[in-house]
Amino acid sequence: MDTTNNTQHDVGGPTQPLLMVQDLVKHFALNKDMLGRGGGVVRAVDGIDFAVRKGETLGVVGESGCGKSTTARLLMNLTVPDHGDIIFDGQSVGSKELSLKEFRRQAQMVFQDSYASLNPRLTIEDSIAFAPQVHGVPKQESIDRARDLLQRVGLDPRRFAERYPHELSGGQRQRVNIARALALQPRLIILDEAVSALDKSVEAQVLNLLQDLKDDFGLTYVFISHDLNVVRYISDRVMVMYLGQVVEIGDCETLFESPKHPYTRALLSSVPSMDPDNRTEEPPLSGDPPNPINPPPGCRFHTRCVNAQAVCSQIVPRLVTNKAGEGVACLMHVVGSGHSEAPLVAQEAL
Amino acid sequence: MMNIAVNPAKVPALVVEKSTGYWKNVGQRFMRDRVAMFAAFIILILFAMALFGPLLAPYDPFAASIMKRLKPIGFPGHLLGTDELGRDMLTRLIVGTKLSLFMGITPVVCAFAIGSVIGITAGYAGGMVNTMIMRTIDVFYAFPSVLLAIALSGVLGAGITNSLISLTIVFIPPIARVSESVTTQIRSRDFVDAARASGANAFTIVRVHVLGNVLGPIFVYATSLIAVSMILASGLSFLGLGVKPPEPEWGLMLNTLRTAIYVQPWIAALPGVMIFVTSIAFNLLSDGLRTAMEIKN
Repeated sequence: MDTTNNTQHDVGGPTQPLLMVQDLVKHFALNKDMLGRGGGVVRAVDGIDFAVRKGETLGVVGESGCGKSTTARLLMNLTVPDHGDIIFDGQSVGSKELSLKEFRRQAQMVFQDSYASLNPRLTIEDSIAFAPQVHGVPKQESIDRARDLLQRVGLDPRRFAERYPHELSGGQRQRVNIARALALQPRLIILDEAVSALDKSVEAQVLNLLQDLKDDFGLTYVFISHDLNVVRYISDRVMVMYLGQVVEIGDCETLFESPKHPYTRALLSSVPSMDPDNRTEEPPLSGDPPNPINPPPGCRFHTRCVNAQAVCSQIVPRLVTNKAGEGVACLMHVVGSGHSEAPLVAQEAL
Repeated sequence: MMNIAVNPAKVPALVVEKSTGYWKNVGQRFMRDRVAMFAAFIILILFAMALFGPLLAPYDPFAASIMKRLKPIGFPGHLLGTDELGRDMLTRLIVGTKLSLFMGITPVVCAFAIGSVIGITAGYAGGMVNTMIMRTIDVFYAFPSVLLAIALSGVLGAGITNSLISLTIVFIPPIARVSESVTTQIRSRDFVDAARASGANAFTIVRVHVLGNVLGPIFVYATSLIAVSMILASGLSFLGLGVKPPEPEWGLMLNTLRTAIYVQPWIAALPGVMIFVTSIAFNLLSDGLRTAMEIKN
């Protein structure tokens, strides 16, 4: 029933999830001051499980500070997780079958800040050709591949190949970053707010480019964004995070049409409606998220939840996913949890 | 160039538009900076004096004359007068450029090589390694640089080599410190993470992505140290720990002429003027380089 616990090694099979994440944890220790005060632990990512299927786009949404970007960095091992397993196509990352370096060839990342993610001293083609050279592709071949990719992402290599990052616009730079990520012919690309810093019109172009590339190269995306419209446009499935935990995961349209978790509902209603008769009258969420240093007991959302009851501050709701890969971490959906809206008898799977 | 037949399927090997590289850009900006260009011009003259000193100088720098001791500036035959042994001041100032520049620049070059390796290693490694290296460096920081130079020279003994070594040791900590802070800054940029995410090892990342971004600022800082180094080297020579007489060197000349300060104050001040001009020129050059390299997005 819990697909994320499926540890059968089925390399290459279409039903084998491309990426499985199991109980991923990262806590950042805060330094104590000279008087020994402070020194808490920020629970940036606090035990998340999910799976990314081959060829899909998994959208990841949540408020600032909910652990989206930390999750992205943990997936690439740019930040070393405290705990948890990352399984790529049935093989555990860092194991004998799949070294970290080989995993990093198959999975790549695009960052939010298009300028900071390019070396200002290298030409565009050198930046793109760097990764293939690391993996042993000869210099000239890497350069040729870089120029091919520039063409592929819509930048004429004759004009752009030997330019420097500061001579390009934000949208052009993000295309270069995408080309750089593609240079190793990866299977998975993690896009961490990759279009968030772009103008709306440029954003749309880059999103369409991403869609085209996905179809052409058979890519799988993990698309992290705070922009719900963009996530809805590009994603097949969506994962909602709150304070370092996954609160809901499911099919994109289903989740946007009928969100189950009160947090997802609140988050979705924060998107302004196009219909003036349907305008939002009250703020869907009040206040800031609680401090991740001392997250509230029980359900982490109960301090801001409209459906919160006494039981919510006592029992931690667990995310249980069904066969379709849908799940919600809310006591209202757990049989006999004690919440007045919880189902009394087990229902057919969602 | 524009009308080459392009096979659209294959990307042409020839790239039409070449953009001006970063260093070319910096060069152009530097050329437009008048103060910096003036400083560079003075330094060029100093280097010419160091290289061709014996050819330019009107007299033998060691030829003493009991009859013509401490003659004033403008004395017939001796444009800048003579020193306490009757040697031509102009000659000794020109010939002394070589040794003075050598004493000023060599320790900085050596410290640049060693200090930047230490600093970049500490900055890139971060964490415990960083703390251990930088706290060790801080021990040297605790002593004032003049005191440290004198103490080290005193322990090692007088002489050119030993004063070069002691000055190098004096300049390693500040260069390492600057290297460490610049490297730490670069290391946190996304392109370093992107390079890590592409599977490159630390050595490759430092070589390709870090060095190009940190060597410039470290070099600028090192240039500004040349002025300090010249003054310290002169100081060591003044104290008799550096160059030995009768070798012409500005610091040593200040020392031997100090007894004449009431007789010929202007003559006694001349080596000081040379040291002053040289350090100002190197400082202005370093300022100009810094400004030229600050190319914003």
